[in-house]
Amino acid sequence: MDADISLTVDGQSHDLRVDTRTTLLDALREHLHITSPKKGCDHGQCGSCTVLLSGRRVVSCLVLAVAAEGAEVTTAAGLGRDGRPHRVQQALVEHDGLQCGYCTPGQVCSAVGVLDEAAAGWPSAVTPPGAGGDGGPALTAAEIRERMSGNLCRCGAYAGIVAAVEEAARPAGEAPAAPAPRGGGR
Amino acid sequence: MKPFDYRRASDAAGAAALVAEHPGAAFLGGGTNLVDHMKLGVAAPDMLVDITHLPMDRVEALPEGEGGVSIGANVRNSEAAAHPLVRERYPVLSQALLSGASGQLRNAATTGGNLLQRTRCVYFQDTGTPCNKREPGSGCSALEGYQRYHAVFGASPDCVATHPSDMAVALVALDARVVVTDAAGGERRIPVAELHRLPGEAPEQDTVLSRGDLITAVELPEMPMAARARYRKIRDRASFAFALVSAAVGLELAADGTVADVRIALGGVAHKPWRALLAEEALRGSAATEAGFAAAAEAELSEARPLPGNVFKLELVRAAVTETLGEVAAELRGEGEL
Ligand SMILES: Cc1cc2nc3c(=O)[nH]c(=O)nc-3n(C[C@H](O)[C@H](O)[C@H](O)COP(=O)(O)OP(=O)(O)OC[C@H]3O[C@@H](n4cnc5c(N)ncnc54)[C@H](O)[C@@H]3O)c2cc1C
Ligand code: SF4
Ligand code: FES
Ligand code: FES
Repeated sequence: MDADISLTVDGQSHDLRVDTRTTLLDALREHLHITSPKKGCDHGQCGSCTVLLSGRRVVSCLVLAVAAEGAEVTTAAGLGRDGRPHRVQQALVEHDGLQCGYCTPGQVCSAVGVLDEAAAGWPSAVTPPGAGGDGGPALTAAEIRERMSGNLCRCGAYAGIVAAVEEAARPAGEAPAAPAPRGGGR
Repeated sequence: MKPFDYRRASDAAGAAALVAEHPGAAFLGGGTNLVDHMKLGVAAPDMLVDITHLPMDRVEALPEGEGGVSIGANVRNSEAAAHPLVRERYPVLSQALLSGASGQLRNAATTGGNLLQRTRCVYFQDTGTPCNKREPGSGCSALEGYQRYHAVFGASPDCVATHPSDMAVALVALDARVVVTDAAGGERRIPVAELHRLPGEAPEQDTVLSRGDLITAVELPEMPMAARARYRKIRDRASFAFALVSAAVGLELAADGTVADVRIALGGVAHKPWRALLAEEALRGSAATEAGFAAAAEAELSEARPLPGNVFKLELVRAAVTETLGEVAAELRGEGEL
């Protein structure tokens, strides 16, 4: 059964007709030919299809396109400004946070979501209960590992990814702090 | 995937009636479980009733006298975990939510959908194998198969699956109840501890709900021990994995140091979040010591019936119960975290 929907993707609005069975991921890739979100597992397990849906990171393979009708979608390709990469993207390049690059657009969208969630004061599973109320919990390496655990990297570029997100999380101009405790995940 | 009609619900009773009238219809929450199952062929609805635009999206304090907090069925798992009312009064719920799935999935997953997510039994998800829960009467492949994530309490010869939700385990420890709207527009409340069933001879029925019953909210009563209750999850990797065993534990100590009251709920061990009533009974009125905690775990384990492939869970139950009780007791005595 077909449905007419409209989506705003990376600032551009699109009207399209989709079978109701179409996922947001397939609508983006197969209908709109926006291919930065990647299909890895198609079951919510790898994170390579991560996009920002109305500003929140989600896996687009488990969202039905019809359910996203009217929504604003941001993909990794839509994050830069004026031809310059987003600071998360820049940091991933500088820290060798990728090898084949297949997981990277999902890592980028997820990391942007992580920065917003931490800024909003959202805790993670490694945030001690009661901590990080105002200004948000500090994005230590352990926090980043936990918060980014929904994004797998088959090339194992994790060390660079964590370093890149740490850098992107630092307020502009601030020097790297004393080496953050590494490997502190649970 | 079977073709389906998509409807956006505009009122709760209407949504409930629509699903009740259409045997092939299903509610759509965040879709993180249902859409997955539709791709796998485990679920094949011919109509989806999207309930995410219904105004069940608030976390709010219940009116004075009724105490506690209400969490709307559409509140996303990430929002519930981060909400100040939940973090302050029910940190165990925040912990349980945050230990589940991934950041992306928690942003989509709803309170109602999380409660009604189905088992992760590999055979249930594989339409090429027999499974009584998916296809009643076809047999249970897990009895002679992979049992690592299966039950050690309350199973039946027809099904040994576990309920996978972390959130539900905390809700059972917190004496939470679900608010349900039915097809006739009536409203009723069910304790979360009584929402899910044991498999018995009808493993295809996960819960006591009827077709068309819509969960509109979860209510958390006021509970003195809730503020210090804690959740612990033991799993195969540090993050983004289902529980092998988990425990939500609340404790109240009397002035003389004995246990005044206690709540212990276990995850990953049964077809429903498992309230450890035998352990609780052993603890009430006894000394809050490590030996007492270990004895309580032992009391609960007297009911355990592990499968050859998950005997290891008994040790995990022992550890989860003993250590989490120890952690909460130490905090209550002002000793900080162990
Ligand atoms: C890779 C992966 C890892 C995961 N890891 C974990 C984990 O570690 N711990 C954990 O607890 N969970 C985990 N999950 C499961 C996740 O928590 C659930 O998929 C999610 O909570 C379901 O919520 P939803 O809103 O997306 O539900 P949906 O998929 O929309 O719905 C699920 C079911 O509930 C019904 N339903 C939804 N809302 C209502 C309502 N209000 N009233 C009545 N019926 C309703 C639907 O009809 C459907 O049958 C994982 C999921 C994935 C994909
Ligand atoms: S344990 Fe239950 S869900 Fe798993 S195969 Fe057996 S009947 Fe199916
Ligand atoms: S393709 Fe969506 S999570 Fe893997
Ligand atoms: S860079 Fe290859 S999968 Fe991550």
